[in-house]
Amino acid sequence: MRELLPLALLGGVLGIDLVTFPQMMFSRPLVAATLAGAFVGDAARGIFVGVMLELIALATLPFGASRYPEWSSAAVVGGAIAGTLHTEQAGALSIGVLAALATAWVGGMTLVQLRNWNAWLARRKRPALDAGSRGAVIGLQLAGLTSDFVRAALLTAVCYALLFPVTRATLGTWSFSEPLSRGFVVSIAAAVAGAAAWTIFHTARGARWYFAGGLLVGTLLLFVR
Amino acid sequence: MITAAAQASIMSPAPRLSALTWVNIFSRTLAIQGSWNYETLIGNGIGFCVEPALRMLPGGVKGPSFKTAMTRQSAYFNAHPYFASVAVGALARVELSGVPAPHIERFRTALTGPLGSVGDRLVWAGWLPFCSLIALTCFGLGMAPVPVLVTFLALYNAGHLALRVWGLHVGWTRGLGVASALGNPVLRQGPAHLARAAAATAGVAVPLTAARLLGHHVALLGVVLGAAAIAAVLLVRLQGRVEGYKVALVLIALFALVSVAR
Repeated sequence: MRELLPLALLGGVLGIDLVTFPQMMFSRPLVAATLAGAFVGDAARGIFVGVMLELIALATLPFGASRYPEWSSAAVVGGAIAGTLHTEQAGALSIGVLAALATAWVGGMTLVQLRNWNAWLARRKRPALDAGSRGAVIGLQLAGLTSDFVRAALLTAVCYALLFPVTRATLGTWSFSEPLSRGFVVSIAAAVAGAAAWTIFHTARGARWYFAGGLLVGTLLLFVR
Repeated sequence: MITAAAQASIMSPAPRLSALTWVNIFSRTLAIQGSWNYETLIGNGIGFCVEPALRMLPGGVKGPSFKTAMTRQSAYFNAHPYFASVAVGALARVELSGVPAPHIERFRTALTGPLGSVGDRLVWAGWLPFCSLIALTCFGLGMAPVPVLVTFLALYNAGHLALRVWGLHVGWTRGLGVASALGNPVLRQGPAHLARAAAATAGVAVPLTAARLLGHHVALLGVVLGAAAIAAVLLVRLQGRVEGYKVALVLIALFALVSVAR
């Protein structure tokens, strides 16, 4: 597991991009899983996991104080597992996606705890903040950033360390064929993406016709290619 | 209601800030959610971002004006993180223009709602899914990993960074009158246009992406898309009661269990 430390650092850097700094969407699963795959020597496999997760992540709208899954560390774990397994064996991509989804679920809970931690730090600094202390304001901001980095790095490290051996063992006893395994996960990812697209866009006038038009173009492109 | 003093501050020429101060403020806006929490939300982040401008208040960082302004600006605030730059620019302007404290506090409170809802609709439910779907289309068309990522990041951040720069500029130049900027046609009609563009892109992206993900097993595409369509309808019917990723997690976990156990 020589890759654990670099992956944890990658998870930390991409994890803070999700909320705290700089929100440039390096934390999107498409980007994070591809980078993680590249870290372990298989960017192509990483992007396949990233694309499946990106389809599922379309349903996540990070509005205000809403609670949502943490995709960045999750995608690093999923992309790295699929990349490290580095095999055409049936189920490798499915297992990578499953590991990422489990990490995203746990990661969402760690985000809530981080926000509670930030609130606790702010309460402790309340007298200084009320006195207009510049140091307290800057200190809180830096403490929040650091805490988020540590949270995301630890999450990535722990989930990768726990899930990688499990996924490798699971793959050893995987019985479904590759077409079935891949087709199942792609169906689910496409279903979540389709439902998300409908939920987000259906209120715009004519959006369903735009979607139908796009579908026609997409299908034609498939035949042309 | 805006008093004569407040009106005068809108009309008065903006105080001058050095280029370095602007760079400092802008780079801080990228970390505006650094200490986000359920009690003050991005309040501390607003104080963190306007702080370089507040140093120009009489007496500098040790003066009472600076400390009072810091206390005021670090209190509870809610906004979309990109649109918060509008508030940062406007609040820095009114503080340096000597607008009376009660007006600043009322103005700050009034900014909270619109800057949240406009940003959520335009960015989280519009620009981000649109850019994501464009990247997925690129992937579906067979592009290599690096061009797919570059397309996504360049497109998304062109909009993202332009929005932050525009926000700071419009906030600073309009001060107390910044509300009129939120009536900009791009902000009012942009979400609906983006939604239609994203819906069309989703239509293109889903079959192309699914086909490439299936690789050698592309003959399954019809079955996969048919099953996905049925499952999507079921998910839409369950809207609000279940999250898509949790459904995916449970179904894939069950699939893996059956695969291992049989």
